[in-house]
Amino acid sequence: MFDPFDALLLARFQFAFTVSFHFIFPSFSIGLASYLAVLEGLWLWTGREVYLNLFKYWLKIFALAFAMGVVSGIVMSYQFGTNWSVFSDKAGPVIGPLMAYEVMTAFFLEAGFLGIMLFGMGRVGRKLHFAATLAVAIGTFISAFWILSANSWMQTPVGYGINEAGQFVPQDWWAIVFNPSFPYRLVHTVLAAYLTTALVVGGVGAWHLLRERTNNGARVMFSMAMGMVALVAPLQILVGDMHGLNTLEHQPAKVMAMEGHFESHPDGAPLILFGIPDQEAGTVRNAIQIPKASSLILKHDLNAPLNGLDTVDRANWPYVPVVFWSFRIMVGLGFAMLGLGALSLLARWRGKLYEWRPLHGLALAMGPAGFVAVIAGWVTTEVGRQPFTVYGLLKTAASASPLEAPAVAASLLTFIIVYFIVFGAGTGYILKLMGKPPHPGETGPEAGPDHPIRTAGITPAPAVNPARTLGVEA
Amino acid sequence: MLPVLDLPTLWAFVIAFAVFAYVVMDGFDLGIGILFPFFAPGPERDSAMNSVAPVWDGNETWLVLGGGGLMAAFPLAYAIILPALYAPIIAMVLALIFRGVAFEFRWRDPGHRRYWDFAFTTGSVVATLAQGITLGALLQGIAVEGRSYAGGWWDWLTPFSLLVGVSLVIGYALLGATWLIMKTEGMVQIHSYRLAGKLAIGLIACIGLVSAATPFLSGAYYERWFAWPQVLVTAQVPLLVGLCSGALLVGLVRRWEYWPFLLTLGLFGLCLLGLGISMFPHVVPNAVTIHQAAAPEASLKFMLVGASVLIPIILAYTGYSYWVFRGKTGHEGYH
Ligand code: HDD
Ligand code: HEM
Ligand code: HEM
Repeated sequence: MFDPFDALLLARFQFAFTVSFHFIFPSFSIGLASYLAVLEGLWLWTGREVYLNLFKYWLKIFALAFAMGVVSGIVMSYQFGTNWSVFSDKAGPVIGPLMAYEVMTAFFLEAGFLGIMLFGMGRVGRKLHFAATLAVAIGTFISAFWILSANSWMQTPVGYGINEAGQFVPQDWWAIVFNPSFPYRLVHTVLAAYLTTALVVGGVGAWHLLRERTNNGARVMFSMAMGMVALVAPLQILVGDMHGLNTLEHQPAKVMAMEGHFESHPDGAPLILFGIPDQEAGTVRNAIQIPKASSLILKHDLNAPLNGLDTVDRANWPYVPVVFWSFRIMVGLGFAMLGLGALSLLARWRGKLYEWRPLHGLALAMGPAGFVAVIAGWVTTEVGRQPFTVYGLLKTAASASPLEAPAVAASLLTFIIVYFIVFGAGTGYILKLMGKPPHPGETGPEAGPDHPIRTAGITPAPAVNPARTLGVEA
Repeated sequence: MLPVLDLPTLWAFVIAFAVFAYVVMDGFDLGIGILFPFFAPGPERDSAMNSVAPVWDGNETWLVLGGGGLMAAFPLAYAIILPALYAPIIAMVLALIFRGVAFEFRWRDPGHRRYWDFAFTTGSVVATLAQGITLGALLQGIAVEGRSYAGGWWDWLTPFSLLVGVSLVIGYALLGATWLIMKTEGMVQIHSYRLAGKLAIGLIACIGLVSAATPFLSGAYYERWFAWPQVLVTAQVPLLVGLCSGALLVGLVRRWEYWPFLLTLGLFGLCLLGLGISMFPHVVPNAVTIHQAAAPEASLKFMLVGASVLIPIILAYTGYSYWVFRGKTGHEGYH
């Protein structure tokens, strides 16, 4: 009746589903928080109205994305215990403190200043408000720092011992926090968040330029976003390449899966562009490949030998087709972003940034590309490290909670239904806000045409309405 | 026996503090959600909602610290308790999703505001009920074998756990009502006084019932409360509960604005103290002590350094944020 394998598979699916959904929001809110800080800073510095309008325009969208990030994140922090209890018991002494630091240094900072950032414009001074925006932006970054450190430690564990209960015992915190894959993963993920946000902002700007070429707000956001894409996309590819080399050093099987190298190549491995990996047969069918190019990329030498999965115990193979394809999706989109950035530079150089409609069309089409690349990247990373949760040390199959399959099936089904309803509605509201052009005299999240009462709702402080407060105290 | 202040004990206090901070802060905002249907749609609901909109995220972060802290400091307890309470925990996080997004969504979609208001209330009620059930189920005991949970996925459901769940709903609702007495004026305040009176009586009755039932759940609880000479100390708790309750009822009749909220918090504090007396030094009653569940010293020390610096800072800026949004909440435009 009770089939542990089923419960395990369901738990894995549930974790993958909820964390992928969760990460969609941080990948947008990390970038957007920084963008908002830049806009507010520019407004304070130049005094130009357009920056304030853009700030308020994006602040409303931020409020929605952030709320969804928070609630989907709370799910994650409890899921380690509910579904991966053995993992929590064993890896908790190492992973737990890292996540506790995330809560203490990042989540409280974000949450503590979010209220002021969203609703405080009328009640604190400009500089203080800017400080609150900065605090939120920095908080999102610190959060990425700790959680990625935790995740990277699971990929490349160092600095631990193992006690008689089978728990990982921390021995060198510095080595644990700055484990070998962490710097690469941190830079790559934060750049990914910036790219994702830039593409969204650019897409929205493009949409409004297509409809109303003279809208000043749309021009400014489009120009800023395209500048960002042009700058960050090449950087990201560079960092991605370095990340791959690091992975080759520490998790070679993952790179074999990404490359589709089932067989070893003693004198120069080909770069398989496309093909159909067949896990059973251990080969890639219909492969289109460039001879020796893989060795060139990974070893900077045409004839360097590269091992394939045939050198790895089959029981420790990741599921190649998923890793192979998700990696190609990410890299393909990375190059598409590079192309978009380059085209925008060309248009800018020719003075046609706001007129060249095909560019606007392309930017609009690429608006969601960042999200796809980010999820594809995580799938590569996480499926590529299977069958382990702590790489080489703790198997996924040995990490799960002793739950009955029906319990996990029920929760999974509920998660799917709730997430699609709630986050579907939220995404709809975000799109609705994006559909409205930015305009002078933009209102913030505390007030707006459909809800004129929100501002007042929040406690008019004495400075705002002395008469009323005095009346109360009298 | 008195606790010796070693690292695991210190961490037990830190986590108890996080839980109490969570109850202090998120209790009233969940309570407002629970009471939402009792307020008229329009300005009344808007000002009730707005009195917590700027702070709810910070409030909920204490829940994350409680959960995350438990995993970090007592991984074995986290690994046993969470699977044992699978259904209520999943229900709680799902409910928190609904009520969390309602703060933003209801303003973005006036056409469906009624639905998001409903989601806000249902989310608040379910989350609170689930927290209460979790506590009740923990108190009544969890089946443990080796290092893991050994029961079924419905073990948590008993009359006792349901009683604690309902009590918590009433308790949070009282926190919400007394918070609104402080933060609002006019109709909302009058309404809140009326609700608070009934809720206070309800809560006092519930505390009585739960306290009466607890010592009989397991032999150890009975020992802890009634053994001589400990009883001289433990008896102070019900005494103080009685005093607090009396003052609360008087305050509500006399229309004090601030005291009812503070006295309700006092009641919650005393209940937590009672819980401590019942459980200490166990985290999983009769099965796992804090010392058995504690993470290695290296983990506890590493976190303690951060916690001792960061928690005061967090409290300071949380206080600042409440200060910025101080005073009475209005509902009409001021410009
Ligand atoms: C690289 C960044 C990143 C990654 C990989 C994750 N998160 Fe996240 N998380 C954030 C970046 C972030 C954030 C930017 O800090 C969020 C998103 C929006 C927000 O409100 O804060 C957040 C919110 C957030 C919250 C709510 C915080 C609050 O109450 O304010 C929790 C509990 C978590 N996350 C937990 C997790 C867990 C357990 C993860 C791993 C499985 C995880 N996050 C992956
Ligand atoms: C936010 C970005 C992330 C995404 C999109 C993501 C995605 C995934 C996916 C798709 C899997 C399933 C792999 C499989 O079962 O084949 C997985 C597994 C896992 N991930 Fe991540 N992950 C992310 C971040 C993290 C972080 C930060 C941690 C830990 C701190 C983590 C811990 C785990 C664990 C414990 C598993 C094993 C469970 C399983 O196999 O499903 N993940 N993740
Ligand atoms: C085109 C060049 C790119 C290359 C060569 C590249 C390379 C890589 C590699 C090798 C990994 C897996 C590392 C590991 O698991 O050890 C990875 C992961 C990832 N990639 Fe990329 N990437 C590229 C573009 C992008 C783009 C454009 C985005 C998003 C906008 C992105 C987002 C991610 C994310 C979020 C992860 C998972 C987190 C991590 O492990 O860093 N990547 N990338």
